[in-house]
Order: sequence, then C-alpha cells, then structure tokens
Amino acid sequence: MINQIYNLNYHRFNSKSILISWPNLINDDVLFDVLSFKKSIHLTNKALVDVINAYNSLLVVYDKAIDNIYDEIESLKLVYSNKKKDTVESKIVWKIPVCYNDYFGTDLENISKKINIDKDEIIELHYKNTYRVCFLGFLPGFLYLSNLNKRLYFPRKIQPDLNIIKGSVGIGGNQTGVYPSNSPGGWNIIGNSPVNFIDKNKLLKISFASSGDSIKFYPIDIKEHNYISKNLDSYIIESEVIND
Amino acid sequence: MIKIIKPGLYSTVQDKGRKGQQSYGIPYSGSMDSFSSDLANKILNNSGNSAVLEITMVGPVLEFVYETVICITGANLSPLLNNKIVKMNNPIFIKANDILSFGVLKSGLRSYIAILGGFKTEKILGSRSMFKNLTKAVKLAKNDVLNFNKDIIFKSSKINLHKISNIDNEIKAYKGPEFDMLDSNQKDFILSNKFMISNNYNRMAIQLTDLLSNTLDPIITSIVMPGTVQLTPAGNMIILMKDCQTTGGYPRILQVEEKSINSLAQLKKDSELWFSLKI
Repeated sequence: MINQIYNLNYHRFNSKSILISWPNLINDDVLFDVLSFKKSIHLTNKALVDVINAYNSLLVVYDKAIDNIYDEIESLKLVYSNKKKDTVESKIVWKIPVCYNDYFGTDLENISKKINIDKDEIIELHYKNTYRVCFLGFLPGFLYLSNLNKRLYFPRKIQPDLNIIKGSVGIGGNQTGVYPSNSPGGWNIIGNSPVNFIDKNKLLKISFASSGDSIKFYPIDIKEHNYISKNLDSYIIESEVIND
Repeated sequence: MIKIIKPGLYSTVQDKGRKGQQSYGIPYSGSMDSFSSDLANKILNNSGNSAVLEITMVGPVLEFVYETVICITGANLSPLLNNKIVKMNNPIFIKANDILSFGVLKSGLRSYIAILGGFKTEKILGSRSMFKNLTKAVKLAKNDVLNFNKDIIFKSSKINLHKISNIDNEIKAYKGPEFDMLDSNQKDFILSNKFMISNNYNRMAIQLTDLLSNTLDPIITSIVMPGTVQLTPAGNMIILMKDCQTTGGYPRILQVEEKSINSLAQLKKDSELWFSLKI
C-alpha cells in the first residue's frame, strides 16, 4: 500500500480531546491511513483514555485537560509524518452465516420489486462481496460495513420499524449491516444471522470484530440457523487471516 | 439490602460509566450530573467510582432492610425519611426498616442517592451504569432489590459545602467541528438567542425548541460524545447526553464543556439557556 500523506484537519473537540479529520472520502486507503495513525498514537507515551475512529476521522481523548492545544497538535502532526507505512496488523476475514429466508428477510420482496432484481440474485449479490468493517457505532457491536454492491443500494425507510430483531441483516442507502440487539431502525431487512455480535461477559473487547477487519457472509437455511442459535455457547465464528 | 416499594419515574444505578469502550459502539453512560453524584460520594467518603442512584423528577420509595448511611444531592425532590423531612448534602443515618420517600420537585431535575460503599449491582465492562442490552435491568422496577455492603464503617468527611449547587443557564461550549460551515447569521442566532428545552429530553439527548435554518449537508458519519450539539436537517438543535450513540451523521455545531453538561442534566422542559463560546 502506498503511504499517501493526506492533508489533515486538527480541531480542539473539548478540553480533553482533539478531532483529526481526513478529506471527505470513504475508502480503504483513507481508512487504513486513519488506522495506522491511530496505532502510531497508541505507541507514543501520551496519557490517553482512548483513540476512536470512524470512516475518515479520529478522536484522541486525553486523561487530563490539554494544557497547550497548539503544542499538542504539533506533537500529533509529528507522529503522523513519522508514522511507518505498515503499522496496521494483518487483516482478519470473519465468516458470518446468514439465513436469507423470507421468514427473516421481511423486506426482500419489496426491494426485489422496486429494484427489479430477483430475490435469489439480491441474496447472491449480498453474500458475494467481502465487506470492510470501517468502525463500530450506533449500537454496541454494530459494524459499519463498506463495499455494498451498487445494485443493492436502497433507501432507508421513512418511518423506522420500532422493533428490528437481533441478528437482522439490513440495507440502508449504500450501507449494509447486522443489528447486534433488538432495536428500532430504518434499514430494510433481507436476512438474519444467528451469531452474537456482542459478548458482554468479556471484560474488554465486547465485539469480535474491529475496525479494518473484513466480513464475508455465507447463506444458511432455517435448520442451520436454528441449530446455531441453540448452540451459541459452543459456536466459534470462523475466520481467516489475510496477509497482503 | 434495599427493597424498591415504588421505582419512581426513572431511577437508574450510575457510576462514572464506560470509558475506553467507544470503539465498540459502547455509550459513555454514567451520572448525568457528575458534579452532584461525586459530591454525594465525597460526603460519605466513598471511592470516586461508587455506584449511586440517579432519580428523575418523581422519586422512588425505598425500604432499607439493614442500617447504613446515605447522602442525597442534586435536585431537591423533598426527601423524607419515615415521612420526616431530611437534609440534603449531609450524611443521613438509616436504621433497619426505615423508609425513604420523596415529595414535590423544588429545584433541578435529577437527584442522586449515594450509599456507604456504593450500590453493588451487576458490573458490565467495568461499570454498573444501567443501559439497554448491556445490563439486565434498564431502570429500577417495583419489588427489585438493591444490595450494598453493610459492613463498612462510616467516617465523616470534612468536605467544604459552600458550593452545593452548580446549575447555570449559561452553557459554555467549544466550536463544533462543523461550526465554521455556518454562515454569520446562523452563528449570531446560536450565540445571541435564548433557547428553550423542549419536552423531548432524556438520558440520550435534549432537543431545543427553537429551529435554526439549516443549509449544511449531512457529514460522513463521524464521532460524537456527550455534549455534542447536532443540527438536524429539519433545523432542530439536539444536545447529546450521557447515553448517546458514539457516532452520528448530523453536523456538530457546538461541543458543550463538561461542567455545563452537569447544568443541562438539571434543566427541565421550558428552562431557558444560552450558549457562550469557549476559545
């Protein structure tokens, strides 16, 4: 990967944090530049509470009020210009089973009619792509995924559903994702994954996936969905490590 | 042990919340008015992260099974011990079978009840703060039971009580990341207008009544935190509070500083507020 240097914007967010913004782009180059900067900041001996990222932004949260904001921004700029090319670890592809049966995919029929693509083809277009986990947000364990096939772009519902069930796989605009828990939501539901996206018994990493990982969905039938749902305690999500 | 005879309008267990977990979409949570909850713990000589009860507008009725010491701070909900008025911001000595209840709301919105050693409820990701899908309970319900450590010995604290209220209607804020995308009329409006709190307010967010003409495009989903003031496409200003999401796609026009978040936690519907910029 080319070590492109972006023109970043540094903004005092509040007394304890600085927001760093990249150009308005959603792509892997920007995301991995964000993640390598995030990692380089963690490697400094700054007293931090957290470094949080989204598609094209990074929030650096300090444990105390920042004394001199200009000095601190200069120090971050130095970290950015000195960061190594390949500071992001090898990437993990998580294989997530999804049951695309009409029983779960309550909006498949409607999407199919509106975009004029067979349900079977919608399903195939959805599980054929590999998705990038850009970051987590919205709900604990909710993954913001990029790389949805353009033919599947479909607007959010004007009136959100009050209760979308845990595991629902949805399409909202140019994004796809899985609801990690029961929640109101406006996305169109095309299937359901039986796996747990949050494990709250964990002390630290509540979600198996992190920003920069990949997700590959694969289709299962209702029987398999039932089986996995009933045996979640012993279920281990299949994964593959890709070094490039 | 404490029996919940009546839960009150919206009573939750809170501590300092969950920090360092936002990369997994976990909200910060924690006491809305951390000044008052810290004060209650300090008066009891509790450790800083001891869990307290946050009660809202209408207080609960609690029956204590064991003796202990508690302290009530924040909003004045006319606390009563066995139907007799008790002092706020002071240690209250509780005997077995005592009943704590509340009367009318005299000031503020949220009151805090600290107990010697803190409430011992379920701890998830390092915090007892109640939150949907994380803790089993989202708020207190009738007949619930709360545990605490009854073997702690009370040592009075020498805390200076000259400043027990911190409510200020002047809300101090930094410029939000998208503030400078607003035109001068919009900026003037935000910094000179008096805003009112709408009836749409909870632990996630406070919506203001006055609309601001919004000409800004949505942003690529980015990071928000308690205190972020978002501008919706319809022109609503929404101040995010402790249980807010970790990311959002509306322009962030202001970032309220931490002390002013404590004030916001105590302002109820129709309260007036105005913003002043911190530079």
